[in-house]
Amino acid sequence: MAVIGLAAVADAVAPYGPNLTNSAAFLRPPAWQEGGSTAFLLGTDAIGRDMLSRLIHGARLSLSIGIAVVALSASVGVALGLVSGFVGGVTDVLVMRAMDILLTLPSLLLAIVVVAILGPGLMNAMLAVAAVLLPHYVRLTRAAVMSERGRDYVTASRIAGAGPLRLMVSEILPNCAAPLIVQASLGISTAILDAAALGFLGLGAQPPSPEWGTMLADAREFVLRAWWVVTFPGLMILAVVLAFNLVGDGLRDALDPKLKR
Amino acid sequence: MLRFALTRLTLIVPTLVGITVLAFFLIRLVPGDPIETMAGERGIDPARHEALRKAYGFDRPLYVQYGVYLERLLHGDLGRSISTSEPVGSEFLTLFPATVELGVAAILFALLLGLPAGIVAAIRRNTILDQGVMGISLTGYSMPIFWWGLLLILLFSVQLGWTPVSGRISVQFFVEPVTGFLLVDTLLAGDRDAFRSALSHLVLPAVVLGTVPLAVIARMTRSAMLEVMGEDYIRTARAKGLPPLRVVGLHALRNALIPVVTVIGLQVGILFTGAILTETIFSWPGIGKWLIEAIGRRDYPVLQGGILLIGAVVMAVNLGVDLAYGLINPRIRHGR
Repeated sequence: MAVIGLAAVADAVAPYGPNLTNSAAFLRPPAWQEGGSTAFLLGTDAIGRDMLSRLIHGARLSLSIGIAVVALSASVGVALGLVSGFVGGVTDVLVMRAMDILLTLPSLLLAIVVVAILGPGLMNAMLAVAAVLLPHYVRLTRAAVMSERGRDYVTASRIAGAGPLRLMVSEILPNCAAPLIVQASLGISTAILDAAALGFLGLGAQPPSPEWGTMLADAREFVLRAWWVVTFPGLMILAVVLAFNLVGDGLRDALDPKLKR
Repeated sequence: MLRFALTRLTLIVPTLVGITVLAFFLIRLVPGDPIETMAGERGIDPARHEALRKAYGFDRPLYVQYGVYLERLLHGDLGRSISTSEPVGSEFLTLFPATVELGVAAILFALLLGLPAGIVAAIRRNTILDQGVMGISLTGYSMPIFWWGLLLILLFSVQLGWTPVSGRISVQFFVEPVTGFLLVDTLLAGDRDAFRSALSHLVLPAVVLGTVPLAVIARMTRSAMLEVMGEDYIRTARAKGLPPLRVVGLHALRNALIPVVTVIGLQVGILFTGAILTETIFSWPGIGKWLIEAIGRRDYPVLQGGILLIGAVVMAVNLGVDLAYGLINPRIRHGR
């Protein structure tokens, strides 16, 4: 939560611009170490950019990546799942086979394939991760729809003259929402992690963007001389991913007592 | 059992065909003309361009090209790498053992720590011990392993100097590849120093790659044990006066292991994902590093073949797990 707050007010809080270089301060250590100064609380990187400012701006970037990816993936996935579960037949088989293919390939490999086709870059990396997450939403929605489809309230509303679109969206969907919400919050952590991994491999956000994975990739060569340029971005990724996983676990316990063990 | 195995086999055929379609269209979807990509920056004169288009079959309709591609595949021909001109299949085979060695070591590490941790957490449920194990395991599950690898290198290789930073074995050793697994090959050659070198190169990457599976296994073991411990036969065993160690170790663990085995099988896909990152960090000469380098060099035949082969390996392992599961648990094979 603190990170979300930070991300919202990044411009106000961060002491410097994310790409502002300071030629007088290359690879400064953090303030509490010898040689550090309070001007750069967490030190500076190889071309004198303030680590703290970059991390704060990176929070904004990573969170928007996570949310945008999940929003895209969930909306497409839920639509496919609804149709697949509601219509059944050939449509269902085709969609599910396609999802099986996506599930068979290791997630990062699939993302790499998408990036290879579209070219590296933040937008393409986000599309790639969204494609990777897609099958989860499709399967979850489809399973929920199939178990709800035969219920009496659906039949009642059908008899009352509701069209298929109305049946799907306003009758069935709200009753399938709980597991989807849980999946979405867990999905944000996966999205952030995968996007950072792509950034680290040089296939996601490109420098000088302060995306945490890209920052790590930049910092790799300085691992011997400056531990702080490597440690902090990773710590941020870990903290945010862990937070979303905890939120997801908590939501699951709250929304879906059946799944609780 | 045969019927069950056959049903499962027919189920994977459409998926396999789907992956060939995906791999085939991958090259076609890449922006730009493949011949021009191959020619590089020097360009190519129009007559030769036309000849090459004919030679590679790019002038024919897409479905014919796909047919030709499938026919080659069935003959085991995956094309040649653009950068090394080696057949993709044989490159895969030389690098694959390195990845398998790393993966097996990682799973062993995950099992050795994850199983006991999960069991202890289940027995001491809701104590600080349990919460500690679950907390650590959730952290492990959330770990960005590319960063974790860098941290471990920083600590063990740079600060303490215990392990090498990268590679599979020190350069002074040359071991005749027999199995491709360096630990086995060095033992076969009877070279103990080389074995020690290979082992020390393996430790850190295996720990890094094993971290996420470790967390998953610990969590899964705990919940499976908790479920089993509530069963009647455990109460019976306790009531008979059996020592707790025997109840937990023999009666409970054996039944709790079934879901855990499935989870291990499902980790294969995750392992490949992790291997891509781990191999990049540690310069481990395996499949993951090979694929990443192929992207950097725009070596599409390698990517195409690599995707296909990895997809096939993952499917084969999943099928194996399914079959093993059916073998262990008759309810599954007679279920439908």
